[in-house]
Amino acid sequence: MFHPSHFAAVLLFSLFASTVFGITMRDTPVRMFRYGAYCFLLFVGSAIVLSWVMLLIAR
Amino acid sequence: MSTTPNKPAAGKKSDQGFVYLPLIAGWLVPGAGHFLLGKWVRGTLLAVSIVAMFVLGLAMQGKLYTSVQDILDMLGVAGDLGSGLLYVVSRVLGLGAQPIQTTVADYGTKFIVVAGLLNIIAAVDAHNLRTGRKS
Repeated sequence: MFHPSHFAAVLLFSLFASTVFGITMRDTPVRMFRYGAYCFLLFVGSAIVLSWVMLLIAR
Repeated sequence: MSTTPNKPAAGKKSDQGFVYLPLIAGWLVPGAGHFLLGKWVRGTLLAVSIVAMFVLGLAMQGKLYTSVQDILDMLGVAGDLGSGLLYVVSRVLGLGAQPIQTTVADYGTKFIVVAGLLNIIAAVDAHNLRTGRKS
């Protein structure tokens, strides 16, 4: 069985979802890569920000 | 008087055959719609991403939705069905049948559902390539 850490799960989810988003939402390879990277950063960045927000709320 | 053609040659090619074949093939087998259209790199990346997400979801002891008890279960079944034959084969093999007991297993369930939803997006993209809406 596979038991990744929560952050590793976020990275995996972001990588696969961003790959599909990049390929399906843009027309040219360069734009696909850029959009995929943009989505990946947004996924991971928002997860980190929300994690800090929840930590501060919990205190 | 001479006339110039309005449509390029590529437009004629897209008029041949069953127009929904890439959509259906892409739904049944991730990436197959793009393979049918000769988009090998895109198809491979889509197939790897979607299959990996589905398999990792199962490996994380995620649950496959099988019955509809409420509206959320119905949405889960709809998402899982997006994986096409992956869902059918997994059901036949009895995978993803155990109840969720850990947080990671809950993540796995979401991985499986999102893999199905991403596969639907990929299949629609193949259909758009087939009809010429996208290049």
